[in-house]
Amino acid sequence: MAYSSKVIDHYKNPRNMGSFPKDEPNVGTGIVGAPECGDVMKLQLKINDDGVIEDARFKTFGCGSAIASSSYVTELVKGKRIEEALAIKNSVIVQELNLPPVKIHCSVLAEDAIKAAIADWQKRKGIKPAEKKEEAA
Amino acid sequence: MVKLPIYMDNHATTPLDPRVLEAMMPYLTTKFGNAASRNHSFGWEAEEAVDKARAQIAALINAKPKEIIFTSGATESDNMAIKGVVEFYKEKGNHVITCVTEHKAVLDSCKALERAGKAVVTYLPVDKYGMVDPDDVRKAITDKTVLISIMFANNEIGTIHPIAEIGKIAKEKGVIFHCDATQAVGHVPVDVEKCGIDLMSLSAHKLYGPKGVGALYVRSKGPRVRLTPLIDGGGHERGLRSGTLNVPGIVGFGAACEIAGQEMAEEMQRLTDLRNRLQAGIFERLDEVYLNGHPTERLPGNLNLSFAYVEGESLLMGISEVAVSSGSACTSATLEPSYVIRALGIDDELAHSSIRFGLGRFNTEEEVDYVVERVAQEVNRLRDMSPLYEMAKEGIDLKSVAWRRD
Repeated sequence: MAYSSKVIDHYKNPRNMGSFPKDEPNVGTGIVGAPECGDVMKLQLKINDDGVIEDARFKTFGCGSAIASSSYVTELVKGKRIEEALAIKNSVIVQELNLPPVKIHCSVLAEDAIKAAIADWQKRKGIKPAEKKEEAA
Repeated sequence: MVKLPIYMDNHATTPLDPRVLEAMMPYLTTKFGNAASRNHSFGWEAEEAVDKARAQIAALINAKPKEIIFTSGATESDNMAIKGVVEFYKEKGNHVITCVTEHKAVLDSCKALERAGKAVVTYLPVDKYGMVDPDDVRKAITDKTVLISIMFANNEIGTIHPIAEIGKIAKEKGVIFHCDATQAVGHVPVDVEKCGIDLMSLSAHKLYGPKGVGALYVRSKGPRVRLTPLIDGGGHERGLRSGTLNVPGIVGFGAACEIAGQEMAEEMQRLTDLRNRLQAGIFERLDEVYLNGHPTERLPGNLNLSFAYVEGESLLMGISEVAVSSGSACTSATLEPSYVIRALGIDDELAHSSIRFGLGRFNTEEEVDYVVERVAQEVNRLRDMSPLYEMAKEGIDLKSVAWRRD
């Protein structure tokens, strides 16, 4: 299977790859997927008190499309308010990276990672999660 | 400078040896006759060429020329052997014994027979090296058993089964023994007499011959093996496989077998050395790399490794100028890793991390050294990117983590 040029670019030059120090305040961490399924994504979001995502980091175990999906998501969420980030649909990732049908699950995982990271930040801040429940497309 | 891309996937297919192509050329051009045309010189020269190839192939496996039945490849040979025996011996019994790491051509033939209600199949397990225990074969035999089908060497992990022992048990119990020897013939010594093999599948393109041609060895004496043909028609190949013979392909197959036989001893040593160099180079540069398959009883050119914390497909993408293959089937909807690797009982995470290197006749030391460096470089880069590697380095037991499976 041939990869799209955008997937290759993210794979070769991952954006915001790495981790924030563990004890850093204002960081929410989302880890989704499972090793036995061949995909694990860790997404960290640094969110200020106004609810704006200032910075992001990712680490991913998975195929090239999984790495590209998480790399792209770090670019996508930066500067967004958490409500805006929570509204990001996996279809945006599919479109940007030109993912074939067999790789849609990578984009779903990346969308889940955003939600998990924000939920973790809200938990740490003692904020009640948003009432509206988003479903993966 | 090493020439790129590098082909190191010789279990999938091998390049055509130029000497084989040379042998084939006349039969692709001027000598185009139908081997079944008995009444003119075009037919005679084609038939003569087929007879020569039949003898070349038989010599490599210690068979008689008339025991070689030409097919389109090993998949057809496997189907023909399994379905043909079960159909022919249906009055005698309906039980088949095979093993979980067989090629899909064997497994799916068995499953088709089960679905049709024509056979009951026992799928034997393998040990952690991928080897079948001959004792398990013996214990599985019942008075209804008509066929044992165990491969010579596995296509993913290279493990060579104790074929001679299984053949002996089959003889003792009077059960027909089919062996899919696609990966072994031409690479390691295969002797149908010494191994007690009654039916054997072969393929030309795995030993530097052309694609689209293979054979089924069918024992003619002690016992004489009978089977119902899959393909009916003009009665070619003693009625076992109708259809005009692929003369250029068969000529190439014969030439490939002769070359393989002549060069085998030397080539086995050369490939073993190259394989050991590849393995040692990678183990020197990286920690947490695991060998899949048997440490010694394996095909000379095979090296199957799992690189912990790195997903196989992403590693393939990183070393895209090197053609190797991954045991991870992340492209499939099920996200299942290779059934062969899983059958070894290793963790799914490691199964997702497996890479198969298949060295062959045209690989060089220089290529091996290049691959060692590139693999080490990419694995290190991907481990830096891997949350699992980070967690493991922090001392977190990955098995204790409550993963979110969506």
